[in-house]
Amino acid sequence: MALTDVRVAHTEEPKHAPPKRPKFWLHRFDTKTFPYLMVAPFFVLFAIFGLFPLLFNAVVSLRHWHLIDKEKNGWVGLDNFTKLASDTDFWDALVNTFGIFILSTVPQLLIALMIANVLNRKLRGATFWRIGILLPYVTPVAASSLVFAVFFSRDNGLANWFLSLVGFGQEQPLDWRAGTWSSWIAIAVMVNWKWIGYNALLYLSAMQAIPKDVYEAAAVDGASPWRQLWKITVPMIQPVVLFTVILSTIGGLQLFTEPMLFDENPAQANGGYDHQWRTIAQLIYRVGWSDLNLGYAAAMSWALFLIILIVAGINALATRRLGGGK
Amino acid sequence: MSSRLLSRAPQDTPGTWKSYLGLTAILLVSAFPVYWMFVIATSSDEAVMSSPPALIPGDQLMVNLREVFTMQDVYFTASLINSLIVALAVTASTLFFCSLAGFAFAKLRFKGNNVLMFIVILTLTVPNQLGVVALFIVMNELGWNGTLLAVIAPGLVTAFGVFYMRQFIGHAIPDELVEAARIDGALTLRIYWTVVVPAIRPALAVLGLLTFVATWNDFQWPLITLNGTDYPTSMVALSDLASGNYVVYRRVLAGAFVATVPLVILLLAGGRQLVRGIMEGALK
Repeated sequence: MALTDVRVAHTEEPKHAPPKRPKFWLHRFDTKTFPYLMVAPFFVLFAIFGLFPLLFNAVVSLRHWHLIDKEKNGWVGLDNFTKLASDTDFWDALVNTFGIFILSTVPQLLIALMIANVLNRKLRGATFWRIGILLPYVTPVAASSLVFAVFFSRDNGLANWFLSLVGFGQEQPLDWRAGTWSSWIAIAVMVNWKWIGYNALLYLSAMQAIPKDVYEAAAVDGASPWRQLWKITVPMIQPVVLFTVILSTIGGLQLFTEPMLFDENPAQANGGYDHQWRTIAQLIYRVGWSDLNLGYAAAMSWALFLIILIVAGINALATRRLGGGK
Repeated sequence: MSSRLLSRAPQDTPGTWKSYLGLTAILLVSAFPVYWMFVIATSSDEAVMSSPPALIPGDQLMVNLREVFTMQDVYFTASLINSLIVALAVTASTLFFCSLAGFAFAKLRFKGNNVLMFIVILTLTVPNQLGVVALFIVMNELGWNGTLLAVIAPGLVTAFGVFYMRQFIGHAIPDELVEAARIDGALTLRIYWTVVVPAIRPALAVLGLLTFVATWNDFQWPLITLNGTDYPTSMVALSDLASGNYVVYRRVLAGAFVATVPLVILLLAGGRQLVRGIMEGALK
């Protein structure tokens, strides 16, 4: 059928001019060499702007590399890394990053699962609901972080007003930015808000691929909807759960925009006056582009890279065990 | 009643009033920050500072917008144009290069096809952000830091796009169609243009939307390379609006609202495609 389409489309041309055979060398070039030219842009651009920077990062991390004060620039061996090991700023930032990461990832994926489970039913206006929950995904994270920064302000913030409605903090409003936990929670709310809908659609997509008879077989055993979700649906969509766990690990450990714009003066990249919510990505920015110490920032990037690899690996293993074990 | 419900797969179980109530709540939570952004963007200082804070829009939108657009050293108007240039350039180039490479991987026979495709997939797992320090040095050598080129160049083609296009073209275009065009004497590039491109318009729409949204919203790298120059993107300009010792909320959120509007319009116009793109991406 496809063949006839083509013939129909081309019937008029041959009347005027018979189809021209491309010259031998042209034909050869077109089939042998041209495919490589078609895929080359990806590899060239990735090599320049993806792979090379990542590798070159290792070189930079072994040097003193100051942007302006260039006199001391040169090889320093592992100095940047030994400095890192005893740098309390780095370890504090690591703790903050993990704290915020857990507060933002666990609820994010659980709530997304619940929503997907509801969206998986036969609904009126299914497309409407699906598009609606994507609003946070398209909203620029810089814009939404700024809204939440106002939302969580101590005086006249909406969060505190809601709290006062349920009788909390009336004598003294909660200063979200001052405390460690409260600032982590505020930032985690921003991350959760942004990504729940997106993850729900990923789960929904996998849920809809589950054959219906799987459920029908289980219904005979009298599985309640709740048991159905945990015993049938979740194990069946385990590959996508794994995918979202890894994705949110990679994203969560590099968290930057939300903590940056939560600051009352973002330009300083402080992460609170006691750095109580400064993440590693923020610290790298501070060291690299405020202190202009690129060598040290590169060492931190490598450390973060290794941490992400390890955590993503652990999470992948844990997810696999959770889904497949029982 | 309940036994009838249980005998069905969830896909065949109609939503109850609880489902709709839950979804409505989720939708309200999703929309509220964007709505409230608009409320503050239209309010006066008094309304923002009152208790409870303003919950319905005021009439100060024009006043606030004027302040945003005329603020010194923020270059808000230019930043919107810059964001548009960057997002359009990156989207157009991503669509072209990814569909071209996707076509080659899906339909053309050449040595190393599978190995090269495997490498593309492998690069998906490399977190690019971790190379920003070295990327900055690379851009310094090229003399591109502080220019839009520094933001455009790294996004010109993505591994995800190549992969997505390869999958789509593999399913959407029968091999015979390509062979027939070749027998007619068409060169590869001509087949791409007359056979492939018309058949993959839906995939181009999906990838285009995903790319535009991601590029417009990008913050970290544009901040690093463009901060303090006269050519910020709108996200960098927002960060400038929010920086300083005395921050005016209604002005910051008026700027944030302006930078969000194009994306809300995109969602309204292309929501279906966006949903499809995300859901298809999950299955692969």
